[in-house]
Amino acid sequence: MGIEILEHAFDPWQAVADYRSNHLARSKSGASAVFVGTMRDFNEGDDVQAMVLEHYPGMTEKHLQALVNQSMSAHNLDDALVIHRVGELKPGEDIVLVATFSAHRKAAFDACREIMEALKSTAPFWKKETLASGERWVEKNTAG
Amino acid sequence: MSINVRFFASLKERIGSATLEIDAQGITTVRDVWTSASGQEADEEMLVAINKEYAALDRTVADGDEVAFFPPVTGG
Repeated sequence: MGIEILEHAFDPWQAVADYRSNHLARSKSGASAVFVGTMRDFNEGDDVQAMVLEHYPGMTEKHLQALVNQSMSAHNLDDALVIHRVGELKPGEDIVLVATFSAHRKAAFDACREIMEALKSTAPFWKKETLASGERWVEKNTAG
Repeated sequence: MSINVRFFASLKERIGSATLEIDAQGITTVRDVWTSASGQEADEEMLVAINKEYAALDRTVADGDEVAFFPPVTGG
């Protein structure tokens, strides 16, 4: 399992390729499911110029590890990789990667969605947006 | 005999501090920690962690605990 919190921009597709070459026996995992979340330049009707993502060092990693572990057991995954950005982001930069690997597609699809939804609703991260008119904390995530 | 209190995101700005150390004397629950550290009523939407694990406002705290308060999470 891989859990990473990054303070710099990253390429999720390269990260998946690297993780597969370094950690996975390809002949075993027949299915890979990948979700990538990217920063938009709009939210709630306003143009967003930048964003700062705050986290709780120590708790965020521990919490992600627990929820990925739970999903890996529940779906009998071969492996999973979660990468999340913190710090300053610009629109177009990738925020989050969830990749799941399993023998068959159902487990990979289901676990990828489950980990992403659990991350959004429970992992300690907070977004603050910069608009033309000033800054604001994002109060809640979109439903889906 | 102290409790380490941490605030994140909008709560950190509201309190005006990221960390505080409070005397554990007379403190029983997380709610007591909040009242003592902030001087405000607890907001029921607020989330709490003790030693980096989610906890409820009525949970008992112990000397040396790290108690964190933060708003609903918005990652991903």
